[in-house]
Amino acid sequence: MTASGSGERLPAALRTEALEQLLTERGLIDPKVMDGLITEYETNVGPLNGAKVVARAWTDPEYRRRLLDDGTAAIKELGFMGRQGEHIVVVENTATTHNVVVCTLCSCYPWPVLGLPPSWYKDPAYRARMVKEPRTVLSEMGLELPDGVRIIVRDSTSEVRWLVLPERPAGTEHLSEEQLVPLVTREAMVGVAKVKAP
Amino acid sequence: MTAPLNIEGPAAPPRSNGELVFAEPWESRAFGMAVTLYESGAFTWRRFQAALIARIAAWETAPAQDEPWNYYRLWLAALEDVLVGQGAVSADEVTARARTLARRPPGHDHGHSH
Repeated sequence: MTASGSGERLPAALRTEALEQLLTERGLIDPKVMDGLITEYETNVGPLNGAKVVARAWTDPEYRRRLLDDGTAAIKELGFMGRQGEHIVVVENTATTHNVVVCTLCSCYPWPVLGLPPSWYKDPAYRARMVKEPRTVLSEMGLELPDGVRIIVRDSTSEVRWLVLPERPAGTEHLSEEQLVPLVTREAMVGVAKVKAP
Repeated sequence: MTAPLNIEGPAAPPRSNGELVFAEPWESRAFGMAVTLYESGAFTWRRFQAALIARIAAWETAPAQDEPWNYYRLWLAALEDVLVGQGAVSADEVTARARTLARRPPGHDHGHSH
């Protein structure tokens, strides 16, 4: 199979380069603009942004309320906005309810707060199985939830991009917002893990 | 029967945040092309997303026996689908150019000394 699905097999790297050359020659793309965009996602836009949002919500009840009320607006307050961030809805994990995010049809993901999705999020097995047997999949990923915990699977396929506000772990009451930030993992903000106290 | 989660392969769920955003440089170029084209108004994101969903669904319905799952290959194919549909490029042109690139002598991009 080639990238186009027709004709001979050519490595995707060559096909990508060929397409970029053709589009550049036709003035449809500017490689320098692309360079800047790629660097932005490789270095600046990542789960650290989301971790800052979560730590703020844990330490500022008013912010937490605004975040759950209008995710996009509250996230913008911290300066995070842009592509795939137009309709971010934040859902809160508690001792009795656990949200986990998946995109069953492709790979929708809140880029401004989590960066680009990791491989496992795009993997066919994760996407197919999380909706059917979330408890089993979470267990395989290292998260055992008690039977009494209700699991809600959030499918990002529509316009909505979900962000999970994880539970603040016990034993972190004395930590400041800045000290909480590094505890918050990408996995916790997708809902496949919990945040652990240091 | 359910497909197992790939616990140890390249798609394995990491326990830290240290994963590279792109596994190979061409993946970043394929990503960058789609986003910059969308932002210049070449197509709507909804259009690209529909093409991506179709490519992923096709792979999942009939996985190629000799080609493993690669998300960005499907992303690239979706991008070509949209551009070919608009007449911006033809699949044959892309193939012809890629063949030309394939004929470059080995080490063409390693002119610098290591």
